[in-house]
Amino acid sequence: MNDVTKILIHSTTKIMKDVCTKELVNEAENGHWAAELWGILAESGMTTVAVPESLDGTGGSFTDAYHILRLAGKYAAPIPLAETYMSNWLLADLEMPVSTDPLTILCNEVEPIQFIRTQDGWQITGKAVNVPWARYTKQMLVIGEENSRSSLAIVSSDDALIINGQNMAGEARDTVILNHAAVAESRVFSIEAKQVKEWLLYTGALCRSVMMAGALERILELTAAYTSERTQFGKPLHRFQAIQQHLAAMAGEVTAADIAAQSAIAANEHTPASKAIAMAKIRINEAAGTVAPIAHQVHGAIGFTHEHILHQSTRRVLSWREEWGNETLWAEKLAEQLMQLADNELWPFLTEPVVSRQG
Amino acid sequence: MNSLQLPIGEISEQTGHLRTQIRDFLQQEKEHGAFVPKCDTWLSGFSADFSRKLGERGWIGMTWPLKYGGHERSAIERYMVIEELLAAGAPVAGHWIADRQTGPLLLRYATDEQCREFLPRIARGECYFAIGLSEPNAGSDLAAVHTRAEKVDGGWILNGSKTWTSGAHHAHYMITLCRTSPYHPEKRHEGMSQLLVDLTAPGVTIRPILLMTGEHHFNEVFFEDVFIPENRLIGVEGNGWKQGMTELAYERSGPERFLSTYPLLEELINQLRKKGDKHLIAQGSKLVSRLCTLRQMSIGIAHLLEKGESPDIAAALVKDMGTKFEQQVAEIARLLIPTTPSTNAANRLDQLMAQAVLHAPGFTLRGGTTEILRGIVAKGVIA
Ligand SMILES: Cc1cc2nc3c(=O)[nH]c(=O)nc-3n(C[C@H](O)[C@H](O)[C@H](O)COP(=O)(O)OP(=O)(O)OC[C@H]3O[C@@H](n4cnc5c(N)ncnc54)[C@H](O)[C@@H]3O)c2cc1C
Repeated sequence: MNDVTKILIHSTTKIMKDVCTKELVNEAENGHWAAELWGILAESGMTTVAVPESLDGTGGSFTDAYHILRLAGKYAAPIPLAETYMSNWLLADLEMPVSTDPLTILCNEVEPIQFIRTQDGWQITGKAVNVPWARYTKQMLVIGEENSRSSLAIVSSDDALIINGQNMAGEARDTVILNHAAVAESRVFSIEAKQVKEWLLYTGALCRSVMMAGALERILELTAAYTSERTQFGKPLHRFQAIQQHLAAMAGEVTAADIAAQSAIAANEHTPASKAIAMAKIRINEAAGTVAPIAHQVHGAIGFTHEHILHQSTRRVLSWREEWGNETLWAEKLAEQLMQLADNELWPFLTEPVVSRQG
Repeated sequence: MNSLQLPIGEISEQTGHLRTQIRDFLQQEKEHGAFVPKCDTWLSGFSADFSRKLGERGWIGMTWPLKYGGHERSAIERYMVIEELLAAGAPVAGHWIADRQTGPLLLRYATDEQCREFLPRIARGECYFAIGLSEPNAGSDLAAVHTRAEKVDGGWILNGSKTWTSGAHHAHYMITLCRTSPYHPEKRHEGMSQLLVDLTAPGVTIRPILLMTGEHHFNEVFFEDVFIPENRLIGVEGNGWKQGMTELAYERSGPERFLSTYPLLEELINQLRKKGDKHLIAQGSKLVSRLCTLRQMSIGIAHLLEKGESPDIAAALVKDMGTKFEQQVAEIARLLIPTTPSTNAANRLDQLMAQAVLHAPGFTLRGGTTEILRGIVAKGVIA
């Protein structure tokens, strides 16, 4: 890890600890936009990382961005940071200048997105569900088709009908309806939809994996601390062997999740859409399914209350494991690669270096 | 709370050539019928020939100094070689313990003379060691060791017994943890020493203890007035407990803690692919993902060990999770392809399945039980 990354991690941690409080996260669930948190991150350039300065970005590497996301996940930040990164990276790829506004991408379409040509531009029609944070965004990226040609459009969020929805963690997951939304010619780009969607799936999964790794670390910290504070039968909980077993099982899962995320980040610097991402999402989803129940078990009734902070992280990991692919989806992706192997080629496949030497 | 984050480390490119060399060698050996891949070969796959061949190629004692017959390669290069051997299900049990823990122990604590006497023979793949820790009344509670050595002119007289000693019937020597001062209930960790015992010496008796399969891999070893020459004390008299604990650190995080059933996984994926059912392979690919993560953790620890750190907690984690994984491979495999497991079945999958299922109980016991490891991890998490 280089010094710039370390400084980024340090300052993001500080922002998160100071601003992204338990109260802020609770309020966000009640429909309050975390404007202050977003503002501070945007001002300090954290929302446009890994976009070159020539396109109004902050510069830095994808790895830097993922480290920031990990912290956003760890502190349950109720903002579309992952979605904004993904949007900005797509825009930068089209050589469009990026902005520090909250952005999202129309995914999970339930009605095909149609692009219709008009005199001075395009009209877009379609419907998508579970669009992350749509109601708080300024713009959305929309991928669709016109006569079997694929395009990507930058649509103003004001031109969409947005119906509020949420995931299990109370994060905005909205239904977005586009009804002949007008978009200027200059904001529509011809793309390879299949490739871009594949990129979205892998990148989305990597974002969630990294956020989950952060959240899982938080859950372990909270649980370890609680077992020292809480006393029963005259001794702290962690003195009971059954509790130690729980802690150890959790620690294992959390460590595994972290290294899976780190490996996927590193692999992604070299090969986008790598098998490391597929494996990370599978492994970290599994970890979420093990860690969250143990954390609640160890916390007893207090951890089951809204008052306690634990649920902010456990509900998130349990929601995020379903987003951008559950274990089954990714296992099948990996299976497609395994199907291509010849006999006894699993080992070479497994040990193929995905990362060049790290400093 | 202690941070449990591990560094990611690739096995660097320089080892690429080495990897090809060992893969080619293993392929040839298989083709010549020198071995048939099996599960859990680091306990049960004995071949003196094969050990000697590895020695000839410089794949034993790889990290040791040249002057002791070693090859001064990096720990990561060694890691690569042993993971290839395990993945191939090759017969490595003969020299395994000597290469993994006796060598490093001697390098750390033994005299130059002792190193010169034993290390070159180990590195040639001609000299094997057994681990002399457990006793009938000292299992998890190792400090309860009672085997004792009394000082006499020119050496010691050893009395007592060791149990569960893997490979003692093939081994030439045993590093034996014993009491050189009387047992003291309040100072149990004091007064122990490590003696290098020649297993052919008069007064040593080795009796097989058969596994539940009837296989003979471990033993009871009895010592009746065995004379141990003075120059066979390893390290410092009375420092045996600490030395023994360092030995354990080499034991816990290596690839043998998650690859014991790898040959079954490989065959499972081969068979599933032939069936062409993507949904079934998808179940198998979850195992593949878990394996990759374990390997990354284990390599991360290897990097820390090479830097001179002692990631004991992480090592305990890898052993706990890795050995659970070894057991899961069999449990999941049996649901994906119905088998009729038997160690002498004609079908490879049935055979490997039987090896995995029948050896599975040992995985989570040897080298420290799951329960003991979790105690270590939990203490680290709370610290
Ligand atoms: C295949 C195999 C090979 C082996 N090879 C060798 C060898 O070469 N050399 C050698 O010296 N030894 C060897 N061993 C022995 C091994 O190290 C011991 O089996 C192990 O240390 C456990 O000791 P035990 O079997 O006496 O079980 P016990 O210690 O009696 O444990 C029984 C059960 O109680 C649990 N338990 C014990 N204490 C606690 C505690 N404080 N808290 C919670 N639970 C506890 C254990 O986890 C276990 O579940 C081998 C074992 C196996 C299975």
